[in-house]
Amino acid sequence: MIYRENGQFKVNYRADQQIFPIAQDRFFVLGLIALAAVAVPMLASDYALKAILVPFLILSLAAIGVNILVGYCGQISLGSGAFMAVGAYMAYNVFVRIDGMPLIIALLSGGFFATVVGVIFGIPSLRVKGLYLAVATLAAQFFCDWAFSRISWFTNDSSSGSVAVSDLTVLGWTINTPVDKYLFCLAFVSLFALLAKNLVRSSIGRQWMAIRDMDVAAAVIGIRPVYAKLSAFAVSSFIVGVAGALWGFVHLGSWEPLAFSIDRSFQLLFVVIIGGLGSIMGSFMGAAFIVVLPIFLSQVLPMIGNLFGVEVSIAMVSHAEFMIFGALIVWFLIAEPHGLAKLWSIGKQKLRLWPFPH
Amino acid sequence: MKKSKTLIAGALAALALTTAGMQSQALAQAKVQFFPSLTGRTGPVAPNATPFANGYWDYMKLVNARGGINGVMTLVEECETAYATDRGVECYERLKGKHGGATVFQPLSTGITFALTEKIPNDKIPMITSGYGRSDSADGMIFKWNFPLIGHYWVAGDAVIQHIANKMGGWANLKGKKIAVGYHDSPFGKELLPIMEERAKRHGFTLQLLPIPAPGVEQKAIWLQVRQQRPDWVVLQTWGIMTATAIREAIAVGYPMDKVIGTWWSGAEPDIRDIGAGARGYSAVMMQHGSEKNSEVVKEILSRIHDKGQGTGPRAEVGDVLYMRGVVGAMLAVEGVFRAQERYGKGKVVTGEQARWGYENLDINRARLAQLGFTGVLSPIQTTCADHMGSAWARIHTWDGTKFGWSSDWLQADESIMRPMVTASAERYAKEKKLTRRTEADCKS
Repeated sequence: MIYRENGQFKVNYRADQQIFPIAQDRFFVLGLIALAAVAVPMLASDYALKAILVPFLILSLAAIGVNILVGYCGQISLGSGAFMAVGAYMAYNVFVRIDGMPLIIALLSGGFFATVVGVIFGIPSLRVKGLYLAVATLAAQFFCDWAFSRISWFTNDSSSGSVAVSDLTVLGWTINTPVDKYLFCLAFVSLFALLAKNLVRSSIGRQWMAIRDMDVAAAVIGIRPVYAKLSAFAVSSFIVGVAGALWGFVHLGSWEPLAFSIDRSFQLLFVVIIGGLGSIMGSFMGAAFIVVLPIFLSQVLPMIGNLFGVEVSIAMVSHAEFMIFGALIVWFLIAEPHGLAKLWSIGKQKLRLWPFPH
Repeated sequence: MKKSKTLIAGALAALALTTAGMQSQALAQAKVQFFPSLTGRTGPVAPNATPFANGYWDYMKLVNARGGINGVMTLVEECETAYATDRGVECYERLKGKHGGATVFQPLSTGITFALTEKIPNDKIPMITSGYGRSDSADGMIFKWNFPLIGHYWVAGDAVIQHIANKMGGWANLKGKKIAVGYHDSPFGKELLPIMEERAKRHGFTLQLLPIPAPGVEQKAIWLQVRQQRPDWVVLQTWGIMTATAIREAIAVGYPMDKVIGTWWSGAEPDIRDIGAGARGYSAVMMQHGSEKNSEVVKEILSRIHDKGQGTGPRAEVGDVLYMRGVVGAMLAVEGVFRAQERYGKGKVVTGEQARWGYENLDINRARLAQLGFTGVLSPIQTTCADHMGSAWARIHTWDGTKFGWSSDWLQADESIMRPMVTASAERYAKEKKLTRRTEADCKS
């Protein structure tokens, strides 16, 4: 009833090709952004902003990057943690070593160096596919772990191998309070999500998808695999690198190579699989699932215990959290193998017929 | 359709639960001094971090049984980090504002310490990192909110080298010797290295660095290197299950146990109990306390807490090395509040900012230690604005197959080596962060 495009006539191609051709979708997304930019900073507590929303936003950004590579171009990568690390450490070096370096440029340069590393480690994708490529990208992970913990230049010769940044300012705006951090991340994520959405709708995005669906056929119709695959690696690593820089600079403030270990790569892969391969919206949903659910469980389980008069120990909560989380992942993948994004689109289909389903 | 209804119902129920929980918390607000506890009861360090958390909580219960901090009761709430930095940061954010505000944090993880060091000055909450964290934070003129009370990695490292020198019959005999350092490959492990390198330079021994990747269950390759290179001594800077594995592997390659020395975090019962007699002769440096089963404070915890069935962990572990570390950590946290109350009003709840002043002006003398039941456990601790460490004493204890016993006199880290290193490192940090040294006026405020 409310979700129908009846009466919305498109009189030119431009209107027909916009990101959200249905007016309701458009209003919904604009409303969501307005909500995120205006209402959330006013209502959310410092804890929610710093401990939940900021990591959620940054991981969403990283997931968008991984989704471009894995979901759109079909190149399985286990090196996303490494590209995040490159982004974080190179942004750190640019920021600390060059006096008066603006923050935004430092973050973007983290993305730039991640692009370079990503393209180099993407070269094997021209010869190997699927699981073999996953193993090849694993090399990126091990190499970066090694480089950042062994080569002291990267950590500015810090004796412990841990680096820290502070004093983040953008054009006189000091990013200090939780609200500042949240808005800063939100701006980055919104911008990059828009960029990514437009990229995947464009010619290059279609090339990636053609390669994903069948690379031989794609080559036959004139798509150059070298260009398509390496550009996917480049764009993906750039976004993941910027996300890594944000994770270090804004979320942690101080980090060590362990923050970008192989676990992070797996986590990002799970985010895009659970969220939905080949969907920008899915990246956000997957990140929300992975970030928020464990925290939610760890807070709610003791309360449920209290209701039944059971004292739940903190170790028990932690174990239960793992078990429930694992079970939910399995359940989700069985119930909807195409991820949360698919559930979302099914929901929209249903809403079109509501309240008179046939 | 049905599925979505259950989903919605579930979400509503969860929401209701959350709000109910918040209300019960609001009701529980009373006059309490809140001590958050970041625990590692699960994950790779669980065997070691669990006794610490139990000791911490038990001592807080004992403080309440003794009548609180001049009448103000202590309150502990735990949050599980599993030794992961990002979970630690989340726990910090979760606990810092609860129950009227956190008094002091003790994260029990160097990674979390590094991350929180960037956050605590903004939130005005002090942090005690006894024996871990940043060694350079002993310089209180730059690290206003960090308190590595009773020692840090460099103190432990220096004590180990002094002990080795004593065993070899003097510093001169160290020349040309080889000392291997097996360390946790993370900031925790690497923090030990500067003092080792400094001492190696001074006394002409060579260092063989053996980074052990976390969590440390696979160390075969590292110990083959030890067997091949035959260092004269092996120093272990390990934590959690890594220590037990290292000792087992050392035995497997036939390295003599009396040449292996652990640092402060690598010499407790959970590391070695299962190995038993095989590890006889293994030593570790202890910053002041060790296993203190016969101390007054342990007796009091047993009689006033455990005998009443209120103990946090198993009774058998009370007085073990890491349990005592929790007790000492809690004692320092509480003493700072006692001190702060002297200035800001007896019997009042102090804020984190006020507690910070207390930690900076600690003066725990022998009389006070005796009163608290710590005679023989600790030596006096006195902090100042410039010195946030308060004491640099250590002893070595050795495993006799069933328990640890003291095997050295008191050792004191060499201030003439330590101080310049701390200052130089702190200055570097300040320069990177564009901080300036605190002024004398700031010390008085």
